[in-house]
Amino acid sequence: MAETEILSSPGARLVDVVRRFFEGDVFYSFRRSPVVIVAFAVTVIFFLGAFLAPWLAPHNTFDAATLNLLDAFKPPAWKADGDRSFPIGTDDQGRDVLSTIMYGMRVSLLVGFCSVALALAIGVTLGLLSGYIGGALDALIMRVADVQLSFPAILVALLIDGLARSFLPRSMHEELAIYVLVLAIGASNWVQFARTMRGSVMVEKGREYVQAARVIGIHPAMIMVRHVLPNVTGPVLVIATLALAVAILTEATLSFLGVGVPPTQPSLGTLIRIGNNFLFSGEWWMTIFPGAALVLLVLAVNLLGDWLRDALNPKLR
Amino acid sequence: MVEPLLRVADLARYFDVSPPWLNRVLEGQGRAILKAVDGVNFTIPKGETFSIVGESGCGKSTVARLVVGLYRPTRGSISFEGHDLASLTTRAQMAPLRRRLQMIFQDPFASLNPRWRVADIIAEPIRAFGLIEGRQAILDRVGQLLRQVKLAPVDGEKYPHEFSGGQRQRISIARALASQPDFLVCDEPTSALDVSVQAQILNLMKDLQRQLGLTYLFISHNLAVVYHISDRVAVMYLGRMAEVAPTKILFRRPRHPYTRMLLDTIPDLAMTGRQRQPVAGEVPSPIDPPTGCAFHPRCPHANDRCRSERPEPRALPDGALVACHGVEEGRVPDGPIGLVQG
Amino acid sequence: MVAPANQPLLQVSNLRIEFPTRRGTLVAVDDISFHIDPGEVLGVVGESGAGKSLTGAAIIGLLEPPGRIAGGQILFDGQRIDNLPYESMRRIRGKQIGAVFQDPLTSLNPLYSIGRQLIETITTHLPLSDSEARKRAIDLLAEVGIPSAERRIDQYPHQFSGGMRQRVVIALALCANPRLIVADEPTTALDVSIQAQIIALLKKLCREHGTAVMLVTHDMGVIAETADRVAVMYAGRIAEIGPARQVIKHALHPYTEGLMGSIPTVGADAERLVQIEGAMPRLTEIPAGCAYNPRCPKVFDRCRIERPEPVAVGPTGVACWLYAKEGPRG
Repeated sequence: MAETEILSSPGARLVDVVRRFFEGDVFYSFRRSPVVIVAFAVTVIFFLGAFLAPWLAPHNTFDAATLNLLDAFKPPAWKADGDRSFPIGTDDQGRDVLSTIMYGMRVSLLVGFCSVALALAIGVTLGLLSGYIGGALDALIMRVADVQLSFPAILVALLIDGLARSFLPRSMHEELAIYVLVLAIGASNWVQFARTMRGSVMVEKGREYVQAARVIGIHPAMIMVRHVLPNVTGPVLVIATLALAVAILTEATLSFLGVGVPPTQPSLGTLIRIGNNFLFSGEWWMTIFPGAALVLLVLAVNLLGDWLRDALNPKLR
Repeated sequence: MVEPLLRVADLARYFDVSPPWLNRVLEGQGRAILKAVDGVNFTIPKGETFSIVGESGCGKSTVARLVVGLYRPTRGSISFEGHDLASLTTRAQMAPLRRRLQMIFQDPFASLNPRWRVADIIAEPIRAFGLIEGRQAILDRVGQLLRQVKLAPVDGEKYPHEFSGGQRQRISIARALASQPDFLVCDEPTSALDVSVQAQILNLMKDLQRQLGLTYLFISHNLAVVYHISDRVAVMYLGRMAEVAPTKILFRRPRHPYTRMLLDTIPDLAMTGRQRQPVAGEVPSPIDPPTGCAFHPRCPHANDRCRSERPEPRALPDGALVACHGVEEGRVPDGPIGLVQG
Repeated sequence: MVAPANQPLLQVSNLRIEFPTRRGTLVAVDDISFHIDPGEVLGVVGESGAGKSLTGAAIIGLLEPPGRIAGGQILFDGQRIDNLPYESMRRIRGKQIGAVFQDPLTSLNPLYSIGRQLIETITTHLPLSDSEARKRAIDLLAEVGIPSAERRIDQYPHQFSGGMRQRVVIALALCANPRLIVADEPTTALDVSIQAQIIALLKKLCREHGTAVMLVTHDMGVIAETADRVAVMYAGRIAEIGPARQVIKHALHPYTEGLMGSIPTVGADAERLVQIEGAMPRLTEIPAGCAYNPRCPKVFDRCRIERPEPVAVGPTGVACWLYAKEGPRG
């Protein structure tokens, strides 16, 4: 039948989805808000700078061969004794601060994204089960969540990190530090996803399209994944964005406290900690620039999250 | 006697609406059981439209959901062509019956998954029951179903939000027809629609019934719609059936005082100046229903027996079933109330 | 101020309501005119999206932004009220014009007892002391049929059933003895038996107090029961306006005719209902000429080009080229 032929082309479907996005309300509210456009631009620049660091950074700070201790403590280029090839100065080991920030942001973002992904996976699964199945399972999951919430995230992270340190040999711990961090931060963040999911799922579950699927006899797992899940992604997406900012900060805090990633592959938090030692001896650039990068990144991500929350909320539209 | 398509016997469904355990202990509150449906019996022969009418909270929607298996009965049985639904426990056992027993919902804005294309929505039962294999064959069938409900096959491309309420209800009907059912449960299918669209949907439902030999269980609070579409009507009040009768008999000669009261509320659109009794009182809470006949606090004919003893449905010579002591004892008037001539 | 005997209580002239959106301005109510006489019940009926609720909201000054009155005027008792500042309109709204909405919960504050809400409204608009106001509140509750009003006055909205709440809202609207009540779908959220009670109550109160009512509803049954006159709206315009009996029993406009035929009635043994094809157009795609022309069984060329203005046919005003003075052309 010629009339139904159009349905089959995946290319046409993609074009259609893109067109619907640009004509949609979310894109409209994006275009209307300069603050959000700036925040988006800052985020994109930081992300690109971080992920393309090996190609974009002026120096490879992890290559010991290129390091020269004579370059240590160079101030930013515009200072009297600055060096053109180190635009914002060098640290105590002669590493270019701009390059360390770019590489450091890589680590920060990696930990941030992975831990949010982990929290998302745990939280969405448990929230979906809790909300859809209900009953004793729901009660159990929610009590576990309550207990989890009564521990501050940093404390949980410190605990997991401490356990990892005492049970793993030192060399292995350095290697696994990032995974430990991801696990620690991810495990302490799943509750908000689970709670949000549970609430949204309970609303959707009562709607008639879910009942229609049940009348057909669709398997509950299929209903959860194919019917309920696509309709509850909005609020979870918003929380994920805000959680990303929190995860980056938590990582920075842990690294600043010295329990995060090892100094051999520093994150923004590690850089701030190292620079902090020299703050009062006049080498302010070593801590101020990584600090500013962290603040800007978190601020931009938070602004995007706030905007997304408003844009996806039909009541505020 | 031929076995009816659907037989419902002593069907009941209770809901536990107790406050949480901690509140019960601390505030000394007891358990609260809501008897949404409390022992109803009816049969629906093939090809008939059987309507259940009543006010909100009377349990009519719960009956609909029990019949399609969205709730499990607390008590009683539902049998479809003689097969007891409760005896089917696995998904595989239930599938052949589910295919033949589908449902149309009230709210066309909630009954279609907003993230799915219309073609996928309508194809879902076809795929779930494995009725047709092959992508193109399924699409052809979807196009045919869309035409059957007076939409165009290209509409399958679109998403639900691109349609008006009436068109969405057509899509909902197409989905229900996709598995070639014999029996459709329609839960207030037109109450969210404007009257001109309601007429389109009611006409469509009648046409489909004639073409496909469908049997309907029709749930509604709108008496005029029920009069128009039904062969037989049941009036429900607080989880029980007050009266069941062929449509013409029920509207021409309502017996139960509640039926009489309900019919009296129909607006006088013909503006004949029909005199009406103002209705007194409201529906009591189904958590704590009155003793005896649940209608007695609002009934002008209630006596001590009505307050203590629960009336059971009794058959009258013209085919009506009435659960009322007053009708049995002849102390309730049962003349026509001027709605239907003849 | 006493109006001259022949002056209507409410006069709406060429009212136009617009919604500016990012895809252009939508005209939701397009150049409508009607009046309500003192003590009269005017029913405004139409399907969802016809603009009937917006018209009611504009009259009580509660049009929600971005909606705005873009043209025409509203005269209440000879005074313009469509351009009043918010504060002056608020005073008129409580004292001269009462409002009853579909969902009684939106009109009642769940945190205050109904007594407090009634007394506050009374003392704002009438020179009464608190104890006098309380007495009046109890009288009003009794009048709208709330049993043991002395006791129930101190209860909170959630302690009332839906029907009882709507009675409280009606009492609230009556507090300052208004001359007009705008009631938007007052019975839609209620059960049929409660609907009948509320309609009977509104009728009784209006007769006793001489209050005029603008009754906005989608339900022809409610109109037939209550209204003296009825305006049938379609796609932001008034298709037909006239005495309720006349319009319901002898509809002139093809839309009214179709609408009446599509309502199932008890006792009518038609196999099929009269069916109007299609649906009311969205505001973004209102057709040229008469907005009803694509669905109209009696359409002719002129309907597709020129927009019909209301003409008087007996006591009824009807916007349809079938009734134009020159007669149908083309």
